[in-house]
Order: sequence, then structure tokens, then C-alpha cells
Amino acid sequence: MSDNKASLYERIGGEAAVNAAVELFYRKVLEDHRINRFFSNTNMDEQIAKQKAFFTMSFGGPNSYTGTDMRNAHAPLVKKGLDNSHFDAVMEHLGATLTELKVPGALIAEAAAIAESVRNDVLGK
Amino acid sequence: MKKIVLDEQVMTCQSGESLLDTLLHNGVDIAYSCRQGVCQSCMVRSLAGAPPAMSQRGLKDVRQQQNYLLACQCYPEHDMEIALNAQSAFFTEATVAAKAMLNAETVLLTIQCQKPLDFYAGQFVKLQRADGLTRSYSIANSRLHTTKLTFHVRRLPNGQFSEWAHDELQIGDTLKVSEPQGLCFYLPDRPTQNLLLIGTGSGLAPLAGIISEALQQGHSGELHLFHGSRTAAGLYWIDEMQDLERQHLNFHYTPCVSNGTAPAGFAAGRANEVAIQALPKLKDWRVYLCGHPDMVNQAKFQVFLKGASSTDIYADAFHVTPNLSPVIDKSS
Repeated sequence: MSDNKASLYERIGGEAAVNAAVELFYRKVLEDHRINRFFSNTNMDEQIAKQKAFFTMSFGGPNSYTGTDMRNAHAPLVKKGLDNSHFDAVMEHLGATLTELKVPGALIAEAAAIAESVRNDVLGK
Repeated sequence: MKKIVLDEQVMTCQSGESLLDTLLHNGVDIAYSCRQGVCQSCMVRSLAGAPPAMSQRGLKDVRQQQNYLLACQCYPEHDMEIALNAQSAFFTEATVAAKAMLNAETVLLTIQCQKPLDFYAGQFVKLQRADGLTRSYSIANSRLHTTKLTFHVRRLPNGQFSEWAHDELQIGDTLKVSEPQGLCFYLPDRPTQNLLLIGTGSGLAPLAGIISEALQQGHSGELHLFHGSRTAAGLYWIDEMQDLERQHLNFHYTPCVSNGTAPAGFAAGRANEVAIQALPKLKDWRVYLCGHPDMVNQAKFQVFLKGASSTDIYADAFHVTPNLSPVIDKSS
């Protein structure tokens, strides 16, 4: 990276911020009847690990997921009907979680933009 | 350069090289994905001492205690001996010391081991019959007894091991006992934390071990046990648990019956539902769930939604080994 200012991941608080966000976020998702069927009925520890990877990525942190990984990982969910409305709901909870953690609005917007950038890969478009 | 031993294989880890890379270079078939210590796919276990602290970051405390580590985050500081999966080596021989019925379908089996077993309360071992038939059972006692172990063996319909243990196993017979296994156990590191323990059927066994260990260690947080079955006849140790409740002000016991009306002194409903109703706020609690896989899975989500952190939820689902009855081939 040519930019020498601290990364979003560092500014937002690194791994500790991810850990704080993940459980809040996952509770919101599990209680949301629009989308919880995509997130429940499975191994909870694995789900938490996946949400952790999602937040790490959204914060621009260390991750090695490629667009193809995103497509492959979500393909079974797309088959079950995953579409834009569900992605929107997830984005809603991402924002609400970070707001609840009192992350400044500008940083939330940066994180949301990164998460938004994988929309088409996640939805297999 | 460090020496890495895996089973019979001896490998060399160059300085600056991760354990994962060493394993991959040597053709070891190990799962991995993110290489960043996030996905935990490449978890292995050190068999000779604690691994570098960095390689255990993000792992549950019970896994850290058992020397699990992430190979991609491990830059060995010493020679290492590792295992890819939990060890299942047989550790000691044991002799049946006593058998007593706990209820119509569950026998309390007591065995005397030749060597003391270094286990944590709540762990399980594999018990093996002379012909090799093997099943996992939770240790039902605390670490006060390391050679005399107790188990709650429930009779399963057509259960090869359980029927044999009930009907044929005699006092004085021998069994093989594996290394202790499992991650649903008590650590005395947070003595003021409140504990919620939910068990169905013989899921009481590991919970009883955990409770007696915690009370012996002077755990000062509240301990709430909910033990459930369809009918009152499926429960056991009711008097013992009520006695324990009288002896320890911080121990609370609720027997739960899910079928029909509950007799006096019992709560009506599934143990996990009764528990969630009684304890709606579980932030900072530690939760132990043992027994029927459906209960365990459902309760995990329930207690998480009530505020328990996923890192504080310890579960042991009792999966029944499928009966290997001959398959009838209808086409022939």
C-alpha cells in the first residue's frame, strides 16, 4: 500500500473491534426473520468464525478471500434464494452494530463501502 | 531449524517458516484456508508442551489449555511433537468396581483404573470392550478421584455397548480406557462467574462432574442446574442434587419434565426452555450444555441470544452411534 496513514482496520481498533462487533452483529442477524434462515441451523462456532472473517474484511484487515472464494462460499445460499434484499438487511445490521459500538460515522461509511464491494460476488452476479 | 514430529514422520522447520508451511512442504494432508489465524481450519495439537502464545490467539480457553494451536500462526521456538486430530490412544486398563441402577434405564458404572487419569471434570473417555467395541462416555466425577471413574450408561434400544454394559458386564471385568477427550470442561480460572448447566438424560454425568469440581474448588459464582427428561422416571439423583442444594447456597437445581403435567417440585417443559425462562439475562455467564444433540444445538442459540458470549458456551452433544445392522438389499 502506498498510503502511509493507518489502515481502516487499525483506526477502527483491529482484532478487538472485530471481536466486539461479531457477537452483537450475529445476535441481530439471528433475530431478523428476513435473513436468519441463512445463518442458523448450523454449527454456531463456524458461523461466528465466518462473521469474524466478514468483519475483518469489511474493516480492510488481513484476509485472503478472493471474489471466487466469496462466490463459492455463498453459492449454496444463492440457490436457497439469497438476493439483494438479504444483502441489504446484512448491511443494515453492519451499520447498526458499528453505531452501537460508537464507531464514528465516517469509519462506518468506509467499512460499509468495502462490504458493499463484494455484493455481486456474494450474490453470484 | 526445529524438528517437527507427527506420528512416525520427522520434519524440519526452517527458521522464519510457519508450522503450516513445514507440514505442507512435507506433503502432510492438512486443511487450511486463510493463513491469517482467522478461519481456524489448520488447528493442530501440541503433544509436548505449550506452543508459542501467538499460535493460540483467538482459541477458546479450553483449547489453549489442551495445547491446541493454529499451524499458520506457529513459528516453532522449540522442537515440536504434534497431532492433527485429538488423540484416541488407549491409555490404561480398568476393572469394573461397581454397578448400580440410577433409574430404570441408566446404570452407574464405576471402574478402577490401573493408572491415574489426568482429566478435567466434564471430559469423556472411550471405553473399549475386549473385542474392540468402543463407545464414548462422560466422566461423572470430579478430579478428586483420578483412578476411580464413574459413568452414567443409558440403555439404548439395540445399543450394542450399552446393552452389554447393563446385562453382561460383571464386577471384576476389564475394559480399556482412552485418553480423556472433549472441550466441555470446567476450568477454575474465573471463580466468580455464574454457571448455567443444562442437561438431558445421562447428560447429567459430565455436569455432575463439573458441579462437584467447581464446588470443591470453591467456585463462588451461582451454579444453576436444569436437568430434563420426558418423564420424572427419566431423571435420577434428584435427592442427591437437592441435598447438594441444601449444602451450597450458590447451587440451584431444577428437575424438568417435558411430557404432560409435572409432579410437585418439578418444572414443566424442556430443560432449556425452563432455563431460558428462569434466567433471561446471561451476559457474562458460562454455559454448559450436555445431552440430546437437538437440545444442545437449540440451546446454544438460545443462550447466545440471551447474552452469553459464544466463547463461554461449552457443549457436548451425545450422538448415538448408528447401529450397524445388516443392510437389506431390496434389489436382489
